[in-house]
Amino acid sequence: MRKKLADTVYCLGIESTADDFSVGVATLDGKILANVISAYIPEEGGIHPREAARHHAEKASQVLEEALKKAKIKAEDLSVTAFSQGPGLGPCLRTGATVARAIAHYLKIPLIGVNHCVAHIEIGKLKTGAKDPVTLYVSGGNTIVAAFDSGRYRVFGETLDIALGNCLDVFAREAGLRQKAGMPFGAVVEKLAAEGKRLVPLPYTVKGMDTSFSGLLTTAVNLLKSKAYRLEDLCYSLQETAFSMVTEITERAIAHTEKREVLLTGGVAANKRLQSMIKAIAEEHDAKLCVVPSEFAVDNGAMIAWTGILAYKHNVFTPIDKSFVKLRWRLEEVEVPWVK
Amino acid sequence: MGEMKLLLMKKGAEASLYLTHWHGREVVIKKRLPKKYRPPQLDERIRIYRTIHEPQLMNEAKKAGVPTPTIFLVDVNEASIIMEFIEGIQVKKLLSETTKNKREDICKKIGELIGNLHERGIIHGDLTTSNMILNNEGKIYFVDFGLGEKTMELEARGVDLHLMKRALQSTHFRFTEECFNAVIEGYSTVLGAKNTKDVLEKVREIERRGRYIAERREEIT
Repeated sequence: MRKKLADTVYCLGIESTADDFSVGVATLDGKILANVISAYIPEEGGIHPREAARHHAEKASQVLEEALKKAKIKAEDLSVTAFSQGPGLGPCLRTGATVARAIAHYLKIPLIGVNHCVAHIEIGKLKTGAKDPVTLYVSGGNTIVAAFDSGRYRVFGETLDIALGNCLDVFAREAGLRQKAGMPFGAVVEKLAAEGKRLVPLPYTVKGMDTSFSGLLTTAVNLLKSKAYRLEDLCYSLQETAFSMVTEITERAIAHTEKREVLLTGGVAANKRLQSMIKAIAEEHDAKLCVVPSEFAVDNGAMIAWTGILAYKHNVFTPIDKSFVKLRWRLEEVEVPWVK
Repeated sequence: MGEMKLLLMKKGAEASLYLTHWHGREVVIKKRLPKKYRPPQLDERIRIYRTIHEPQLMNEAKKAGVPTPTIFLVDVNEASIIMEFIEGIQVKKLLSETTKNKREDICKKIGELIGNLHERGIIHGDLTTSNMILNNEGKIYFVDFGLGEKTMELEARGVDLHLMKRALQSTHFRFTEECFNAVIEGYSTVLGAKNTKDVLEKVREIERRGRYIAERREEIT
């Protein structure tokens, strides 16, 4: 049994930017007591924002209850509640925000709107021990290379169009592949790619520190439909090309910032091939590679809870009437007074 | 190159720069070393492509009136380029240390130079202040055309200016706006108001396409 100390601060974190609804609980000293994730898997096609939001609304109380149970606390023990305020899909964000506002209002505790991308970096730092890394955040919705400078995480490189994970997902769907719980599209493509032998030339697009994946995706899908290539070879070529692109821009950011750590996070971070590429450049620049454990690399409530704790310590709160969701809230718009 | 004494000037992400003497001149050797992380086939394709295209674009840029180091030798097999050494200071280092007026003058000049490039269908591909050198005579040299291309497309011009803006945001965040405005002012003196308006509209479109700007209307909760 945990003893409730007067000075114990528990922060609830609600994550609902895209297809996952998740609730986490974090303490002041950086313990993650719960991280319950409920994934919405569409029958077919991509994420329909309204359908995903419906999933979130249906699962919210169950996930919340499970998280509190795991953390061995009661709702009344919470000192603060945080939610991901953006960026993300409108209907999904609003569902999480509504739950968070209700809890804050009912328990009369402060509310904190957290930037989803900041949260990915913060939980990554907490879980890997990285202090001041160049972060490569690659998921279904984001492809960002960021590093801290003067009060904020600055975006050094990013995608000009679709996200890396989205590129892989759409290709997998076009190829008629299926994903299931524990085996998302990215893992399916990775498995097939391991059987690939032949590198098919695909567009390699790096513009400055930015990348673009739409031309790569279109070409790969067209080649797939031409039936002239083995699916394994196309998966292999798609991965090699796309990963080389993000690795190149990450290396440029390391060379530019001269930081000594690389943090790899987001759903695509689980890919072993990507990890080995980033490891190679990290070694070349004498930087330490920190790969965020899968549970905390995908969208999760714990990262929101932990970032909520950091904000709480610095008295950064979000009044309910200012808690509207921000669909395109950029990483570099957010002050992070808790860093240095 | 057997007997030459090579001094590593800069180890960038993409290439290493060596300072050396070559036929009595001080030169820079830019060498694109193989990258272990990508498959050899892809690696070779990228390095050879960039080694061939970069000198061509630098030459074109010169014709457009944009100072670039003179190319002396290109060795495709070695993926190396021997070029003139420009003595000066990186605009990146200069910009934050100078006065507001000087900063605006430099940025206006940069805008003119970008205008010259675009007018001739040259896209730099990596417009950052670390790729610009102010020499002792006050001339601004553009370097590092490895990611460039030749096209008259509005989209490419838009991306080029967007990258310039992004570089200012990440490196010179205190003066992003004044710098970018000055760049655009210089740009429009070369390409005219109509072309500048079109390309700025494109920049906005590019920003909206990605996840670059907040919605202009407040979100309804």
